[in-house]
Amino acid sequence: MASTACFIIVSRNDIPIYEAEVGSAVKKEDAAQQHQFILHAALDVVQDLAWTTSAMFLKAIDRFNDLVVSVYVTAGHTRLMLLHDSRNEDGIKSFFQEVHELYIKVLLNPLYLPGSRITSSHFDTKVRALARKYL
Amino acid sequence: MIGVGKIKQYSNVLDKPLSKGKQEVSLSAFAFLFSELVQYNQAQVDNIAELERRLEDAGYAVGARVLELLCHRDKGNRRETRLLGILSFVHSTVWKVLFGKVADSLEKGTEHEDEYMISEKELLVNRFISIPKDMGTFNCGAFVAGIVRGVLDSAGFPAVVTAHFVPMEGQQRPRTTILIKFAEEVLRREARLG
Repeated sequence: MASTACFIIVSRNDIPIYEAEVGSAVKKEDAAQQHQFILHAALDVVQDLAWTTSAMFLKAIDRFNDLVVSVYVTAGHTRLMLLHDSRNEDGIKSFFQEVHELYIKVLLNPLYLPGSRITSSHFDTKVRALARKYL
Repeated sequence: MIGVGKIKQYSNVLDKPLSKGKQEVSLSAFAFLFSELVQYNQAQVDNIAELERRLEDAGYAVGARVLELLCHRDKGNRRETRLLGILSFVHSTVWKVLFGKVADSLEKGTEHEDEYMISEKELLVNRFISIPKDMGTFNCGAFVAGIVRGVLDSAGFPAVVTAHFVPMEGQQRPRTTILIKFAEEVLRREARLG
């Protein structure tokens, strides 16, 4: 498992709807804020890149020191973003695909308002389990 | 409900595998549900435009979900980034899943560059509906227009979508045309992508 990893889901209206620190490293308060900052800064790059390819997995699109930002854009332009320090591209791709499927299940729930925060604790548990499995 | 005893129970929707989408839904059941939707909304509003807007909003929620589901299930995780790609996705993939057939035609508007039309001789939602004279140009196809708008808007192609009856020669019933007018930014982006 990667020592540092931060995962967020950003809705198509640029609002973060899910956030999780999934690395095994000791949690530091200011590190979490720095991670958010790096991920949000990468959104501009994503916006341009998303229209140049029809693939959902955009691979590594940005880096900050030894941290890399990988992004997965869904059909509805919801962005799954992962900040990581590992070099395991296949694992990351599988992670994104499985979380994408979970996201679709959440979205298909008629009581979930598209673009609103995902508060399901079940979703959180599953994402963290996937992170342990693939990252 | 059919087969309710056979379905495996899951404690949470996240545990349940995504549907393969092969089940068929009874037309009578759908028509009944849709008529309730129209009647309910009709009781809540005092003019036709508002009623159409409400039906469109109901469809929009369907469209936004259908796009995400179908791109994952039927398109193998490919997104549509081009105008014609997304239109043919609506015309064939979406139509097939929702109505069991591809739409009768997809045409480009002759007068304006940014207009496209999807026409259907007998739109499913209009099959059991006849509009009283005093309701003027009201069209229950607004629900389908909402679905189309939901798909296009979520995919990043904002558009104004409306449903119209178009009389056809030699036919008793008019056909339904879904008129799609794309926003300026969409055409600008298309031109840039070449």
